[in-house]
Amino acid sequence: MSTTETAHSSTESDASGLDYEETQLTLAPPGASRSDPERKRGLSDDHLPSDSSQGPSGKPPQSKAQVVGWPPVRSSRRNALKSCTYVKVAVDGAPYLRKVDLEAYAGYQQLLTALEEMFSCFTARNYPNERRLVDPVSGAEYVPTYEDKDGDWMLVGDVPWKMFVASCKRLRLMKISEAANLAPRAPQGCTKEQ
Amino acid sequence: MARVEEAGDRDENKEEETSWWSPEAVEGGRGGEGPSGGSRGGGGGGGDGDGGRPDTQPQPPPPPPYSDQVLENVLENVLQFLVCRRDRNAASLVCRSWYRSEAQTRRELFVGNCYAVSPARALRRFCGARALVLKGRPRFADFNLFPLGWGARFSPWISAMASASPWLERVCLKRMTVSDADLAFLARSFPSFCDLTLICCDGFGTPGLAVIAELCRNLRVLDLIENDVEDEDEEVVDWISRFPETTTSLESLSFECVNCPVNFSALEALVARSPSLRRLRVNQNVSLGQLRRLMVRAPHLTHLGTGSFRSGIDEDLNATDLEQAFLASKSLICLSGFREVAPEYLLAVLPVCANLVSLNLSYAVITAEQLKPVMLECHNLRTFWVLDTVGDEGLRTVAKACKNLHELRVFPFEATEDSEGSVSDAGLVAISNGCRKLRSILFFCQRMTNAAVVTMSKNCPDLVVFRLCIMGRHRPDHVTGESMDEGFGAIVMNCKKLTRLAVSGLLTDKVFEYIATYGKLVRTLSVAFAGNTDLSLKYVLEGCHRLQKLEIRDSPFGDAGLLSGIHHYYNMRFLWMSSCKLSLNGCKEVAQRMPNLVVEVIGDRPKDLDSDTVEKLYLYRSLEGPRDDAPPFVSIL
Repeated sequence: MSTTETAHSSTESDASGLDYEETQLTLAPPGASRSDPERKRGLSDDHLPSDSSQGPSGKPPQSKAQVVGWPPVRSSRRNALKSCTYVKVAVDGAPYLRKVDLEAYAGYQQLLTALEEMFSCFTARNYPNERRLVDPVSGAEYVPTYEDKDGDWMLVGDVPWKMFVASCKRLRLMKISEAANLAPRAPQGCTKEQ
Repeated sequence: MARVEEAGDRDENKEEETSWWSPEAVEGGRGGEGPSGGSRGGGGGGGDGDGGRPDTQPQPPPPPPYSDQVLENVLENVLQFLVCRRDRNAASLVCRSWYRSEAQTRRELFVGNCYAVSPARALRRFCGARALVLKGRPRFADFNLFPLGWGARFSPWISAMASASPWLERVCLKRMTVSDADLAFLARSFPSFCDLTLICCDGFGTPGLAVIAELCRNLRVLDLIENDVEDEDEEVVDWISRFPETTTSLESLSFECVNCPVNFSALEALVARSPSLRRLRVNQNVSLGQLRRLMVRAPHLTHLGTGSFRSGIDEDLNATDLEQAFLASKSLICLSGFREVAPEYLLAVLPVCANLVSLNLSYAVITAEQLKPVMLECHNLRTFWVLDTVGDEGLRTVAKACKNLHELRVFPFEATEDSEGSVSDAGLVAISNGCRKLRSILFFCQRMTNAAVVTMSKNCPDLVVFRLCIMGRHRPDHVTGESMDEGFGAIVMNCKKLTRLAVSGLLTDKVFEYIATYGKLVRTLSVAFAGNTDLSLKYVLEGCHRLQKLEIRDSPFGDAGLLSGIHHYYNMRFLWMSSCKLSLNGCKEVAQRMPNLVVEVIGDRPKDLDSDTVEKLYLYRSLEGPRDDAPPFVSIL
C-alpha cells in the first residue's frame, strides 16, 4: 500500500507565497545565491535520472513534492489523529491496491496527479469535461471512478471536492469500456475544484 | 539467528557416533525427530536408563557414545532452563550432542526473518517448539514502502506446525500477513493453544477473531497491537460475543486497533467472567462511561488501555465516579489509550499516577498545562509516550517529575514535513538534564541543534536507542546552519552502549565515519535523506561489525557502496535500500557473489523491474534460496 502526501498544505503555501527554500536558514545574507553545496537530492521520485555526479544535485526539492512514507509515522497513527479519509485505489487489471489519503489533496487535479504518479505508467489526458489516465504501452484508457456512501459507482469529478472527500469510500481506475455502465454525468457542468 | 551448522568438526568420531547413536538402535531413547516431551529422563543425572534397556547392541559397556547418552539426558534437564535464544544458539554449537539436546529442548522458536529459513527445516530441528515468534516484513513496510502483497504469509508456517506437533501454545507475529483462514486453522489444530499476539500484521478481520474466541478454550492472551484489521462494513462480526459463556482463562485482551464498534454488554459480561484478566486494552469505540463500568468489573487490572476517554453521547458521567474507579484500581501500573481524550476528565487518573510505570499519551491531544498535574505525580514512570502538542514546556515537566525515566517517545501531532513542530532542541536538553537514566528515545521535531544532541549524549550515557527524526528533510542545525554530523557523532562517541540509531537532518559522509568509528555495538541503523557519497555506506559496512539491520532511503549511495558490504551481509538480517543510486548490475553482482543471500528488487509495477536503476532493494541471508511466493513486482536476482 502506498500513500502519497503533499509536502505542503497547498492552500497555506499558496496563500502566503512562502515555500520551503525561502524559509530555510542558511549562513548567507538574504537574497544571496540559493545554491547550497550541501543540498542533496530531495525527492523520492520514482525515476530520477541516474546521473553519476556525486556532487550537489542542482535541483532543489520542489515545494509541492510528494514523499511516500515520510516522516516515518505509521498510518494507524496518522489516521487516528485526523479524520479517516484513507481510501483504497484499485486499477483494473493490476493485482495490487494502494491507499490514498483524500485529505492530503486540495482538489481533483492534485488527486489525479498523485494517482498518475502512483501508478506511474499513466499519463493524464484532459478531455474537455473529464479526466482520463492513459497507459502509454497498451493505449488503454482509464477513467477514475469512486464508490460513494450509498454504494453507487460514480465518475470522479462530478461533485464539489469537499463533498467528494466526504462521500468517497474507495477509488477505482476503470477501463473505459467498463465505464459505460456508470451513472451518467450530471449535466450541470459544475466541476468545481476545492 | 542461529547458524544451522552441524558440529562437523569432530569428523573422526562421526561414523562411530552415528552408528551408536541412530535412534532406532537405542531402545527407549529420546531419538531424534518426533514429538518431544515424551522421554525426558526424569530427575537428576542418574537417569541413564541403562539397566532396563533390553536390546541395545550386545556390546560391552561404556565406550564414549554411551556416556554421551547419559550426558545428553543430563544436558536436556539442564538446558530446559536456558531461555535466552542467544545463549541457546551458543550452546548448540558446542558439539553434536549439545546441538541435539538444545534442539530438543528449545521451546520458543524465534525466526527474525520468516524467509531466512523454511518452516519445514526449522520445525525439523526444533521439534519441541511450543511457541512460534516470527517477524516478516522489515520496518520500512510500515511507511508504505512495500507494495501490498509482497509476502510474509503466516500460512506456510501454521501448516508446517500442524504437521510437526500439536502442542503449539503460543504465536507471536510481527509484520506478517495472517488470513482469517489461518486463524481458523490455528484455532482448530492446536488444543493447547493459549496465547496469540499480532503486531503490525494484516490480512485478517473480525471473522478470524471470532473463530479464535470461540474455539481456543484455553485462551489466556489475545493481544492485537497496531494491526491493519480489514473489515468491509457488511462483514463485521461480533467476535466478543463468541467467547465461551463459562469462566475464561483470559489474562490479557488488547484490541485497540480493531476499529469497529464492539458489543459492549458482551464485553462487560466477558470481563465479569474472566477472573484472571489483568491486561485490558479496548478500542476507541468504548466510551468513558463504559470504561468505568469495565474497571468496576475488573479492579485487579495491571494494564489498562482506556479507549476514547471521552463520554459517549447521552452519557452523563460524573468525574468523581470515574475517579473512584481509578482509586479502586490499586494494581494499575500501565495506562494507555486516551484516543479522543476529553481533558476535563484527565485528572481522574491521578490516584494511580504514583504507581504507574508506563504511560502512553501519544494519542492524547493535550497541552502542557493539561499534562502537568498528571505528570507531576508520576514519579515512578519508566516509559512515557506523548504527543508533541505538550511542547517543550511539557517536556520540562516530564524532566522534573520522572527521574527514573528509561524510555521516552515524542510523536508528532502533525506528521508532515512543513508542520510547525512544537518541540525542539530546548525540550531535548530539558529531558537530558532531568532524565539521566534514559535508555531509549524517539523524538520527532522540526528544529534541532548539535549542541542539544551533544548535551544529551553527555547527560544520558546509558542510551541504548537514539532515534531522532527531524521531519523537514535536510534540515541543518537551526542555530548554526551546520550539518547535524557533530550531534550524532557525539551520540555514538559518548553512548557506549548504543545498539540502535536513527539519523536525520542535514548529514554528510562525516557522520557515517563517526558511526563506523565509534558505533561498534550498533545493530540497527536507519538512514534517510543523508550522506554525500558511497563512502558513507562503505564506512558503515566496514566499521559497524555488529550491524544486523540497515535500512536506507533516499540517499545517494550506489553500487560501490553496496559492494563494500559483501564481507558482512551474511552476518546481517537484512539490508533495505530505496531511492538510492543502485543499478541492476551492481545488485546482480552481489547476488552472484553471495549464493546464500536473497537479493530482491521490488518494483511498484512489474515494468519497473526492466529498468537499469533499482528503486527498491531488499536483501537478506537465507538457507532456502529464492522464495517461491514472490509476486510479479518482485524480481529475485
